[in-house]
Amino acid sequence: MSPVAPKPVHVVQLYPRDMNIYGDFGNALVLKQRLAWYGYEPVMHSYDPGDEFPEQADILIGGGGQDSGQDTIQADLLECGDRLRALAEAGTPMLMICGLYQLFGHYFQTRSGSRIQGIGVLDVTTYGTDERLIGNVVVESEEFGRIIGYENHSGQTRLGAEVQPLGRVSKGAGNDADSGYEGARWRNVLGSYLHGALLPKNPAVADFLIATAVQRRYGDSLGALDAPQLGPVSLTELTEKARVTAASRPR
Amino acid sequence: MSLRTTLSAVVGKSARAAVRLRGGSGSAFPGLLVEKLDPGFLARTLTTLPYGVVVVSGTNGKTTTTKMVVELLRGQGLRVFTNRSGSNFSRGVAASLLGDMRITGGFEADIAVLELDEAHAVHFVKQVPPRYCLLLNVMRDQLDRFGEIDTTAGMLRAIAEATTEGVVLNREDPRVAAIAEALTDQQVRYFGLGEAVKHHFPSDDDLHSADLHDSPSHHTASPGARSDSASSHHARSDSAAVETSPTSAVSGDLQHQARTTKQVAADVVLTGLGTQEGTFRIGGEEITTPLRVNGAYNTYNAAAALALVRLALGEDRDNTALLRSLAEVSPAFGRGESLTVGGQPLDLVLVKNPAGFRLGLSSFPHAGTATMIAINDNYADGRDMSWLWDVSFGLLAAGGVRMVSGVRAYDMALRLVYDDVAVAAVEPDLASALDSFIAEHPDEPKRIYCTYTAMLTLRRELARYTEVEAFA
Ligand SMILES: [Zn+2]
Repeated sequence: MSPVAPKPVHVVQLYPRDMNIYGDFGNALVLKQRLAWYGYEPVMHSYDPGDEFPEQADILIGGGGQDSGQDTIQADLLECGDRLRALAEAGTPMLMICGLYQLFGHYFQTRSGSRIQGIGVLDVTTYGTDERLIGNVVVESEEFGRIIGYENHSGQTRLGAEVQPLGRVSKGAGNDADSGYEGARWRNVLGSYLHGALLPKNPAVADFLIATAVQRRYGDSLGALDAPQLGPVSLTELTEKARVTAASRPR
Repeated sequence: MSLRTTLSAVVGKSARAAVRLRGGSGSAFPGLLVEKLDPGFLARTLTTLPYGVVVVSGTNGKTTTTKMVVELLRGQGLRVFTNRSGSNFSRGVAASLLGDMRITGGFEADIAVLELDEAHAVHFVKQVPPRYCLLLNVMRDQLDRFGEIDTTAGMLRAIAEATTEGVVLNREDPRVAAIAEALTDQQVRYFGLGEAVKHHFPSDDDLHSADLHDSPSHHTASPGARSDSASSHHARSDSAAVETSPTSAVSGDLQHQARTTKQVAADVVLTGLGTQEGTFRIGGEEITTPLRVNGAYNTYNAAAALALVRLALGEDRDNTALLRSLAEVSPAFGRGESLTVGGQPLDLVLVKNPAGFRLGLSSFPHAGTATMIAINDNYADGRDMSWLWDVSFGLLAAGGVRMVSGVRAYDMALRLVYDDVAVAAVEPDLASALDSFIAEHPDEPKRIYCTYTAMLTLRRELARYTEVEAFA
């Protein structure tokens, strides 16, 4: 085999120090591994408040945090707003979970009526409640098929006209207690409440992020996944079995 | 004893007997009954004890630490009341109390040592202010129940504030150490870790950017700007020398506090770990003692227990007897429990949150041991499986994992595979998994990491192979 020039793909994890609760790290790990298994060279960046923003950002991901974590990053996020909106506008694939999903919207209105400003990449608004939406979630999505995860949030998110929901819940709450929608999509930016982590059990979403990135960066269409078989069955089969179990568990 | 206390004791004891006859565990129901009939029962009974009430709380290690405190105090000749049934509620305490009471309501103990979980302790300490408390840690445990880690820290603070005499805090847990700032009247003592053992205790907030960024292609956005990623590398990378304290990599507001706060002196410091032994610096003196408990975090619990007992007894103590008792303490149910199956040791290690799992993995050597992991997601385990993604399993990569079991076996196997850890077999059914794990590795020591309900089932199944102590 002739040596192939490495094709780096830069993944930027937003605020991993403060916004990484409930396994959001798993999303970064899955992107790193699958990029390699698709033959690309993953270059992982973490961006925390005050850091210099990575020059190259092919995929952006972000997670949820404690209230204290959100306070810590909010000012920095607003400062990065223009850059992040430009990246989103240009079609950069992004996945924002929970806390950062909320802050990628227009604002988060607390129960006392004060507003925590978001960066408005997604046309969504979130309202604090004293009801915690918690438990296993199953979402039916036209684009990604069945999405499986776990939610834990008390903010409820309303979608504006500019965004599409990620899907409809068939188990659990999703964005709020009554709309039946989960998540939001605008261009290639996905927002979702689902932890799990989301990407390990939903490789269709991971591959969407990767395929979009390599298309934009190299004009490539995604080839076959060459994952080493480390389990008694293939990665695909392990994933499918984990999905089936998760979907069957009590809320 | 007042007439009312006697009556409550009689009513409660009858209910307890009735529950026993019907085959129940006699745990919470009689306590509930007494609580309804006589809400002051607990406070009246416990506050008469000459050494008062001691409370142990925190997310990890309460049961083992409580057991240690109890045995250390008994070794000093004290009569100790404790809530050993594992019921963490006021009701459970009332029930245990009834069990220990004579039918006339007479109650012979010098001190009560109570293990209370965070949420219930807050309610409990309002009724019964403890004289001393020991606060172990705040880890990401069962967030689906308590909501947020900062909420849990707030609960521990409330316990400390309700404590009348003295509070013992984990110096290495920034959220626990920060509780000292809220205290004005109480004495505050600490237990802590020496530099040489810190790498065994990755903090909950050391997340895994380390593993992600291990690839040679990694470059940070601002090289050298911060030490975080460096310290979490160390924390995660086995036994390599560690210069940076793992506690410097914490998240949120506390981060800045942890960095600017000078390290306070601790009364008891764990300075060295050996096989079934620990070295402690106790009030300035360095002592190495054999231990029956194993693993780094059980040994650290011993430091916590020592600090509490030293504070609670003051000068009234026999230090030699204290160390003798410490050496004799056996681990609490399932916490580093060693059985023998087919002439080979089989260790059960309870894992219930990322920090506990990480501690479990870094506490034991893996070479030459067959590893099994069993993960359930029943209510008592926590339904959310996200936490598995907050544990790095790289330490298992060399030997692989021989068996993965439990309701969430496939989630666990998927997790391992994404960490490049080979998985030999996956069998969700615990009994069949255990049988083949034992049958296929007859000549090797074995270790099973398991969640709470998986452990209950495995212990039941292990009784077919060896004697397993009943879980009282
Ligand atoms: Zn969340």
